Amino acid sequence: MKTIIQGRAFVFGDNLDTDQIYPGKYLELSDTRDIKKHALEGADPDFIKKFKPGDIIAGGSNFGCGSSREHATIALKGLGSGAVLAESFARIFYRNAINLGVLLLVCPGIRKSVSQGDIVKINIEISRVYNQITGEELEIQPLSDYVLDILRMGGIKPLVKRQLQEMESR
Amino acid sequence: MPTDQLDSKGDKMHAIEKILARAAGQDLVSTGQIVNCRVDLAEVNDLYPQAIFSFYEMGAKKVHSPDSLTFIFDHYAPASSIHQAENHKLMRSFCHDQGIKLLFDVDCGVCHQVMVDHGLVFPGMILIATDSHTTTHGAFGAFGTGVGATDLAVIMATGHLWLKVPQIIQINLSGRLSPGVYAKDIILHIIGELGADYAIYKAVEFAGPVVDKWSVSERMALCNMTTEMGAKTAYIQPDKVTIDFLSKKINKSFDIIETDMDFKYAEELFFDISRIGPQLGIPHSVDNVRPLAQLVGTKIHQAFLGSCTGGRAEDIAVAARILEGKHISPDIRFVVAPASKQVFLDALRHGDVEKLVAAGASFVTPGCAACLGTHQGILAAGEVCIASTNRNFPGRMGHVKSSIYLGSPASVAAAALAGQIIDPSEIIK
Ligand code: SF4
Repeated sequence: MKTIIQGRAFVFGDNLDTDQIYPGKYLELSDTRDIKKHALEGADPDFIKKFKPGDIIAGGSNFGCGSSREHATIALKGLGSGAVLAESFARIFYRNAINLGVLLLVCPGIRKSVSQGDIVKINIEISRVYNQITGEELEIQPLSDYVLDILRMGGIKPLVKRQLQEMESR
Repeated sequence: MPTDQLDSKGDKMHAIEKILARAAGQDLVSTGQIVNCRVDLAEVNDLYPQAIFSFYEMGAKKVHSPDSLTFIFDHYAPASSIHQAENHKLMRSFCHDQGIKLLFDVDCGVCHQVMVDHGLVFPGMILIATDSHTTTHGAFGAFGTGVGATDLAVIMATGHLWLKVPQIIQINLSGRLSPGVYAKDIILHIIGELGADYAIYKAVEFAGPVVDKWSVSERMALCNMTTEMGAKTAYIQPDKVTIDFLSKKINKSFDIIETDMDFKYAEELFFDISRIGPQLGIPHSVDNVRPLAQLVGTKIHQAFLGSCTGGRAEDIAVAARILEGKHISPDIRFVVAPASKQVFLDALRHGDVEKLVAAGASFVTPGCAACLGTHQGILAAGEVCIASTNRNFPGRMGHVKSSIYLGSPASVAAAALAGQIIDPSEIIK
């Protein structure tokens, strides 16, 4: 798991719902290569043309509210998002992202401190975010041990896989 | 040790905490603690073939408890594209291979209603589904919460899921309901007051004399909508209404868990609902709520009655009362999707389906239908729909430039009649 992440910020507002992150009309798709093509299409139809792997998404409060569709996080993972920073996250979206190994960080003040295209650097070890353009510095909420364990394993699938293997070999 | 010290340490437990503790095999749990819970019932709907992919990616071979697992085809029932048909096919064969008997195919309805109809929901259980509105089952004193596909795959593989013990907010409702006002109006009002992110990660309990009088159907609508304020789960203490309802559905015994006296809520909120009239959630967020009176005259193109929020037999009956012997406005469509086959049969027996069809309603297969904007009532650019559903995000029911007003089933039927938003209390006498 990388502890220093730097990328361009793509900024969204409060209550960015899962229909905007991944429109319902594409829910029948099940291949990641197809799914990622529609990331954030409901909020910005040209998003995937502009976004590069490692870039950062910044949002307001209740990021990812709405449905439990895992497509929303599969799409962000497929695009290779460096991290998603927000004032707060909706709970199912948060679980889905961590389970897939997508880094989500709660960062109070982010909405006001970052503008579209700013270069943002994140240091997970000391829980800090730096806006490289304005020089502003913010704190992120530290990740819980349980969440860190999942992220270090690259998501919950490898973690459960190991648990199942341990159970079998007992 | 003096008892007040025990209190300050928070030894008093809420029913929700006791449910989690029991499922985790512990005596006590405390707020914020992560517990690994045995899941009584896990539900996968037809949007989630990913749950099956994740299951195999984890190296799992056999489902941990096939009798505690159900698959319900509702969002795409019946399939209207090849992709959807392939998803159904994959799930059918997974159920067959894994010995999962509780497969509800395209004739059954919306998962939350189907599980209740078939007696799968009971007080004190842990119910996890791949659907955000699993909070609905708080109406029965169950711990219901939604997860994504991979969490569900974890349950399929292990029978368990980690959950964080939530803070609990109690919302007390008192006063007298005005005519033409329903649980949907009250919960819209509450969400409008508190905001879409008020209860993120928290549990919301409803209590008070208004809730006590409400039917199971109204309680389900109330709990269903707590998802729109971010809640992890909802809860209503089971009472005679719950037990009378469930005793007709379930033939096994269940116990009722109670909250300790003097339990300390994270917050207690009080609403006097006496002066609340019909409410609408206006485009494009659920917490953008206005009194319907301010929107009278807004032209609509479609009215949609259905979903796990407002598609039950009582809801269809209210619409039938409004439209009996009349006809909907010639300029609009009125789409009705009963929440389940059972609901459809009940509405047929009551004669409500006949009244509504005669009045110009288009009935579609029980299921999610237009609620999710995938089929059966999609909106074109610039169109306006009033719906008894729970979400009005941009593009939720079709084109991103369409608009959705969320209201009670009565407000939906009244608008269908007039072709514009009108006050239902003027028609239901
Ligand atoms: S009826 Fe609507 S809200 Fe309910 S499960 Fe179906 S799509 Fe979701």
